[in-house]
Amino acid sequence: MKYQSQKVAKPYFIAAIGLFVGQILFGLIMGLQYVVGDFLFPEIPFNVARMVHTNLLIVWLLFGFMGSTYYMVPEESKTELYSPKLAMLLFWVFLVAGALTIVGYLAVPYARLAELTGNDLLPTMGREFLEQPTITKIGIVIVALGFLFNVGMTLLRGRKTVITMVLFMGLVGLAVFFLFSFYNPHNPVLDKMFWWWVVHLWVEGVWELILGAILAFTLIKVTGVDREVIEKWLYVIIAMALITGLLGTGHHYFFIGTPEYWLWIGSVFSAMEPIPFFMMTLFAFNMVNKRRRQHPNRAAVLWALGTGVMAFLGAGVWGFLHTLAPVNYYTHGSQITAAHGHMAFYGAYVMIVLTMISYAMPMLNGREAANSNKSQVTEMWGFWLMTVSMVFITLFLTGAGILQVYLQRFSDAPLPFMIVQDKIELFYWLREFAGVVFLLGLIVYIVSFFVKGEEARLKPAEQTLVE
Amino acid sequence: MTAQADIQVKQLPGDFAIWLFILAELSVFALFFILYAITRLRFPEMFAEGQAQLSVLAGVGNTLALLTSSWFVVRAQQKVHAGRAGGNVFLLLALMSAGAYLWIKSTEYQHSVALGFDLSTNDFYFFYYGLTAFHMFHVILGMLVLVLLMWQNGRGKYRSGRMNEFESGASYWHMVDLLWLVLFPLVYLL
Repeated sequence: MKYQSQKVAKPYFIAAIGLFVGQILFGLIMGLQYVVGDFLFPEIPFNVARMVHTNLLIVWLLFGFMGSTYYMVPEESKTELYSPKLAMLLFWVFLVAGALTIVGYLAVPYARLAELTGNDLLPTMGREFLEQPTITKIGIVIVALGFLFNVGMTLLRGRKTVITMVLFMGLVGLAVFFLFSFYNPHNPVLDKMFWWWVVHLWVEGVWELILGAILAFTLIKVTGVDREVIEKWLYVIIAMALITGLLGTGHHYFFIGTPEYWLWIGSVFSAMEPIPFFMMTLFAFNMVNKRRRQHPNRAAVLWALGTGVMAFLGAGVWGFLHTLAPVNYYTHGSQITAAHGHMAFYGAYVMIVLTMISYAMPMLNGREAANSNKSQVTEMWGFWLMTVSMVFITLFLTGAGILQVYLQRFSDAPLPFMIVQDKIELFYWLREFAGVVFLLGLIVYIVSFFVKGEEARLKPAEQTLVE
Repeated sequence: MTAQADIQVKQLPGDFAIWLFILAELSVFALFFILYAITRLRFPEMFAEGQAQLSVLAGVGNTLALLTSSWFVVRAQQKVHAGRAGGNVFLLLALMSAGAYLWIKSTEYQHSVALGFDLSTNDFYFFYYGLTAFHMFHVILGMLVLVLLMWQNGRGKYRSGRMNEFESGASYWHMVDLLWLVLFPLVYLL
């Protein structure tokens, strides 16, 4: 760690991991509710568990992105952060607002929460993933503005690199597209259209810039490959991500009441969306093969490679599976979507945040470059347990989805929804079991932070290669 | 001897990254062309009717404008590479030709819209507007690239014979031209 102010990243990372645990617990509750319908009813109804599961995911990833930014920007810009105090203030604001929102979801019925938080004045609630009370949304905007100001001022006075520019573009995009969560037209077609501007343009648009920038940063650090080479890859990847991702929004406009030509636009451009993810995989493996140093933090290298592979599989391959309009006609909103959602979020965004945490945390804890070998081995156990169980979650959900689509929509004698749900119960049990293994993996991962031992060090010859 | 060997090894003008990008762009267009062909096979009459409404003359005008523009870019590249003045004059001429293309295209769109055709009229019009407008956005992006090259050339960035960036930009521009050479017969003539 070269700059004192990078330290503000640490609480962000800790909060991220804490909320991650909450997300997984609620995922398990919900997974069980799929098969034991009245589990924890009426205390935690399914819709509330789902809201908490997805909202926690988004919030902890945002914590992860902000922490990563605070770690990367001073080092890239070669200057201290503009205001570490502001960063800490916003941390607490965001954490408290997030926690209160979750408590609100759990403590009172959603309609009452809407009433209590004055949703009537500016109605924004009641839409999937954007369930947050309007005041929370306003809080998010304030935090985002303060964050962008802080980072922007740091960038202005420091060295400007391709990585920080791409990162900042992604972060500004994230904030700008979130504003569409305040636009809540009465026409349900328009409502859905612009709802996707937040949901899709985040995860298949600007978030990819953030992902690319973090991946590029860690690869420079752990491989020692020339910045120019890495930047070139980054340029091509983000250009492809934007070309395919922006118009790829069309794959959500197939059946919501928008004109027919979206069938074409959505199919063609989103069929291309795997390309940037495939390039990311090539990028990560190429850079590691060409490495000019053996970084002692092998766990971070594993996470970086894992991100490349799993993002391509989850976002690229599983996305492509059901993105063509004639296929989506049958699979729309089925368990296939859930399978894709799980692996894509894990492979792309969970793993990139964990890559950054893996790389940065040892330094934030005062080590030279890496944790002890013992700690790293534990962390890699966490990696494999979580990653393999996520592969199984995805496969089981895909199995459930294929059966569901066939029985409910494709066969000559389609069955009703609930009958089909009974028939695919086995897959839900298997998914829940894989989910428990995922939680075990997460616990092992967290334990790795507390495993002591002699820290792995840079070889003296390699120290000079660290910029 | 070694100099000659170097020349033979370096076959791609411009940066490798721009070629990756060009390849990706070409794949997107290729996919569109294939879909166009398949749809046309299914609805030959709809496409014949639609094509009859297009002006071949305007299409030829577009083609000439883009070809001329590409030629100007080649001339500019030669000037800049040889370290002679006049590179920017040719780039400006290339931009003007591209401007002519934009002007012709906009009159075509105005004409079609005035006849009451839009993206949702039928599959032919979806492809006509979709493909040509998607291509036109690439022309506009290419023009921005040319402006960037003019600006950097004006600052003397390429004086030392480092043509990597210039060649990358020029390669992109030729790609835009090449795409039109496929698009024009496909949509207007065949």
